[in-house]
Amino acid sequence: MASTACFMIVSKNDIPIYEAEVGTVPKKEDAAHQHQFILHAALDIVQDMAWTTSAMFLKAIDRFNDLVVSVYVSAGHILSLFSVYLMLCMSLSGNT
Amino acid sequence: MIGVGKMKQYANVLDRPLSKGKQEVSLSAFAFLFSELVQYNQTQVDNIAELERRLEDAGYAVGARVLELLCHREKGNRRETRLLGILSFIHSTVWKVLFGKVADSLEKGTEHEDEYMISEKELLVNRFISIPKDMGAFNCGAFVAGIVKGVLDNAGFPAVVTAHFVPVDGQQRPRTTILIKFAEEVLRREARLG
Repeated sequence: MASTACFMIVSKNDIPIYEAEVGTVPKKEDAAHQHQFILHAALDIVQDMAWTTSAMFLKAIDRFNDLVVSVYVSAGHILSLFSVYLMLCMSLSGNT
Repeated sequence: MIGVGKMKQYANVLDRPLSKGKQEVSLSAFAFLFSELVQYNQTQVDNIAELERRLEDAGYAVGARVLELLCHREKGNRRETRLLGILSFIHSTVWKVLFGKVADSLEKGTEHEDEYMISEKELLVNRFISIPKDMGAFNCGAFVAGIVKGVLDNAGFPAVVTAHFVPVDGQQRPRTTILIKFAEEVLRREARLG
């Protein structure tokens, strides 16, 4: 069963609009801060990659240990970032 | 008889296609609303530049929303990443949805690399507006310039957008030109993307 770990919506100017811990992932105390840090670090990569393609969904743009970050970019560059645990990714797509 | 001609029922509301929305709005209703908008702003400011800026800000909000909406409705979820792409998106799609027809022309400026012009014989918003002589070069097309600016800014192409009257021989009312001047970073990125 797929379950995301952390979901965040970030506006065009890097201001977080919405944040949620989603899914059946077991909660750790420092997980929340770590997730924010991971998604923040992925912002640079997202913003570079957003200009290379006209697709809206960018799959698996960044990795941190066993957390994979993917993003959905809207037309107005509002980013919906979410991170998924690696094991689930592999079972869904068959490759990393 | 059972279920013949029935609309396809979607189990999940998210699977339903986006509705096209109301395609037409009464022109007189819009003209009335727009004239009230201009008159209201006139009472709040004491010079023309400020009035133009306010109309532009009003249009900016429209542009920002129209960009997202049309990207989902008309373009099947594909973003614009190139300069010409976003310009032709504005020139055709945005104009068609907002004013019922594509813009008259899209031109590249000859003097500067970063200037583009969208021309229109008569802007819809200006159709029922007459400018008194003492207001000089004021153009209510600043609202439309604001819409274009809103679309460009939010798509990642910051630009300075203004509306100008261009007198045309043989025509009583001058043509309107929306002048778009892109920021440095846009041209640099375009050059980098090749």
